[in-house]
Amino acid sequence: MPNSPHPIELLRFNTCGSVDDGKSTLIGRLLYDSKNLMEDQLEALERSADITGGGQINLANLTDGLRAEREQGITIDVAYRYFATPRRKFIVADTPGHVQYTRNMVTGASTANLSVVLVDARLGVIEQSRRHTYLASLLRIPHLVIAVNKMDLVGWSEARFLEIRDEFESFLPLLDIKDVKFIPISALNGDNVVDPSPHTPWYVGPTLLGHLETVHIASDWNLQGFRMPVQWVNRPNDPTNPALHDFRGLSGQLAGGIVKVGQRVMVLPSGLKSTVKQIWTYDGPIPEAFCPQSVTIQLADDLDISRGDMLVGLESLPGKSADLEARVCWMQPRPLQRGKKYFLKHAAQTVQAVVTSIENRINIHTFESEPEPAELAMNDVGSIRFRVSKPLVYDGYATNRLTGSFILIEQGTNQTVAAGMLMPPTEAVKPEYNDFAI
Amino acid sequence: MNSYHLDHLGFLETEAIHIMREVAAEFERPAILFSGGKDSICLLRLAEKAFRPSDIPMPFLNVDTGHHFPELNEFRDRRAAELGGKLIVRKVEDAIAAGIAVPAPGEISRNRLQIPTLLAALEEFRFDCAIGGARRDEEKARAKERFFSFRDAFGQWDPKNQRPEIWNLYNARVNPGENMRVFPLSNWTEMDVWEYIRQERLDVPSIYFSHRRDCVRRGGQWLPVTDILPPRPKEEVRELVVRVRTIGDIISTGLVESPADNVDDIIAEIAAARVTERGSRADDKASEAAMEDRKKQGYF
Repeated sequence: MPNSPHPIELLRFNTCGSVDDGKSTLIGRLLYDSKNLMEDQLEALERSADITGGGQINLANLTDGLRAEREQGITIDVAYRYFATPRRKFIVADTPGHVQYTRNMVTGASTANLSVVLVDARLGVIEQSRRHTYLASLLRIPHLVIAVNKMDLVGWSEARFLEIRDEFESFLPLLDIKDVKFIPISALNGDNVVDPSPHTPWYVGPTLLGHLETVHIASDWNLQGFRMPVQWVNRPNDPTNPALHDFRGLSGQLAGGIVKVGQRVMVLPSGLKSTVKQIWTYDGPIPEAFCPQSVTIQLADDLDISRGDMLVGLESLPGKSADLEARVCWMQPRPLQRGKKYFLKHAAQTVQAVVTSIENRINIHTFESEPEPAELAMNDVGSIRFRVSKPLVYDGYATNRLTGSFILIEQGTNQTVAAGMLMPPTEAVKPEYNDFAI
Repeated sequence: MNSYHLDHLGFLETEAIHIMREVAAEFERPAILFSGGKDSICLLRLAEKAFRPSDIPMPFLNVDTGHHFPELNEFRDRRAAELGGKLIVRKVEDAIAAGIAVPAPGEISRNRLQIPTLLAALEEFRFDCAIGGARRDEEKARAKERFFSFRDAFGQWDPKNQRPEIWNLYNARVNPGENMRVFPLSNWTEMDVWEYIRQERLDVPSIYFSHRRDCVRRGGQWLPVTDILPPRPKEEVRELVVRVRTIGDIISTGLVESPADNVDDIIAEIAAARVTERGSRADDKASEAAMEDRKKQGYF
C-alpha cells in the first residue's frame, strides 16, 4: 500500500551517473513499480508520450520537470521525489551527471544517507563514475550503491557485471567509503529495481528497493559530543507576564550529541561555563535533547550570548581558530582566487574569509593530489588554507558533518561558490576563563 | 521512536524549525504567507514551535483573490487573531482598480492576477523574505525548488541559476530590491501534512471535511455553485457529499466526493488515493509547464 500512514524511518538518497545512464528512468521505475504513481501522473505521462514520444511512455518525464529539460532530454537541476513503502519513507534527490553540474550532485548528496551511482553496463567505469564515487566519499555519505544498469544490453552477462565490480574495487580502497553494494539492474525493464529479475539467477543479493528498505541508518547522526550553534536568542520581553519577564532562551538545532538538564556546558568562543537550567520546547520542558532536535536552552547564568556562539559539552571540546585548512569543491565558473575576500557561512554565523594558499588539487582520475595549482576552477576539488575575520569554533568534517562544513559566498553577487569540509583541529579549544563562580 | 531517534515527522519538524529561525535571524523584514489552507496552518504551528514563548517575529500576509471560499477567510482571520499575529491582506480587486494587475479580455480566473498583487505587497511593506507553504511533492516544477529560493528585483525565479544548497547552510544574502521565498515544508508530502495536523491536533477550515454542497460538472470536475460560478443554462445542479482536497479559488477547485468528516478518515482516504492532490486544480492543467511559467513570473 503506498503512503502507509505510519512509516518508521526516513531515508534520504541521491542518484548520480552521467547523461543517459538512466537516472531519471530508474526513479520513474522505483515510483511506478512500488505503486507510488497516481493516475493523473500516469495520464500526464501518456499525454506527453502521445505528443513527443511516438506513443511510448517515457518514465524519465516524471522527474525531468522543466520544459527546457524535456526539450533537451536532460536534467538541469536537482529534482526531489518522495515515496513511501510500508517500511520506510524516502526522499530522492535526482542529481544530474553533466560535468558542468557537479555542484548539483554536491547539493543533492550533502544531506543523503546513501548514494546510488549508476553505471552503463556497456561502458563500465567512466570519468563521471569515478567523480561521483569520489564525491560520495568526500562528502562522507555513509552508504553507497553501484547500480550496474542496462544489463539487458549486455545479455545479462555475469562476467561483465564482475568485470565492472573489479574496476570499482581497484580504486575503492583509495577512498573513504565503508559500505558499498553492487546491484545488476535494468531500469527500463524494471529488473532488480523493485522486483527480482528472472534474468540474473547468478545474483543472490537484494533488489535496489529491498536494499533501500533495510540498510541500517539509525547511527547516521552524530550522537558524540554535544554541540548547539545558537541561531536565535529568545527573549519574550513581556513585562505583563512575570514568568516570561526574565526568560532568556538560546534557540538552535543540536548539531551533535546529547544535552541534559543539569549538565555543565561551555559557551564558545568566550569559554564561559554554565549549567543547563531548562530545555524548553513548545510541547513543554524536556529532560534531555539530542541531535538533530531543535530546542531552546536556558542556562543558570545570565551570560552575554548571541547568534553564532556555540554551546558545547565539556567532555569533548571542539577546535577554535582563525587560520584553517579545508577541502573545497568549487562551484562557479570564476575560479577560486587567492587573496580575494569571500563571505563564509559556518553553523549559525557568517564571517569574512580570505584564501591564503591553495595547497593541492585532486586529480579525479587517479585521486592523487597535484600540489600548489594556480587556481581551482569550476568542479575542482582541492585543499586550501584560509584566514577568517573571527575565529571559528569547529570540528573536523570527518567527526561532525554539521560543525565541520561551511559554504563560501561571493561578495557582490551573493552566489554560493564553494562547499567546504574542514580538516580536524590540531588541538582542542583552551578556555581563557575558569568556572563562572557563583 | 526509540531513545535517540526521530521518526519522520520529528525529522521534518526540526528541519522546518531550523529554517524558520534562520529566516528570523538573517532577514530584516520577513513575512509568512498565510491563506488558512492546510499547509500554511502547519507553517504557523512550526512558527510557534520555533519562536515561543516570544511572539512570532513576523507578520502574516495573504493575497485575497476575491474568489476565496468564505470558510477559508473566516478561518484565516480567526487563526491569526488566536496567535496574536498581525495579518495583512491585499486584494486582487484593489490591485486591478489601481492598475497594478490587469486582466486579459474575458479572463475570469484570478490565479495569474495574484502575482502582481503579491509583488506589490512585498514592495509596499519592503518585505525581503516571504515564507510559503509550498511542497516539492505538489508539482514537477516545485520539485526543483530550493528551500531558499532567490528572486530577482522583478520577483522572477531562474531555475537554471539556483544557488546550490548544501548541508543545512542556507545562503540568505540578498541585495536591496531582491528577495527570497523560503519553503520550510519543501520535504513534506500531502500525507505528512495531514499526519502533522493529527499529531498537533490542529484545527482546519470546515471545507476540508465532508459536507453537502450544490455542484456542477465541468471539465471532468465537480465545481461548487456560487454567485461567481452560477450554473449555465441546461447545466444540472446536483447536491453531493463532497470535500476539498486542495484549496484554490472557488471557481477552479474541484471537489471530491467523500464521506471523510475527520482527520483520521482523510488520512485513510489519501493512503488509498489514486490521484494526486493537484489533480483537482484546473490552473495546473492549462499546460504541462503551467507552474513553471507562473513561477518564473513571481508566483508563490
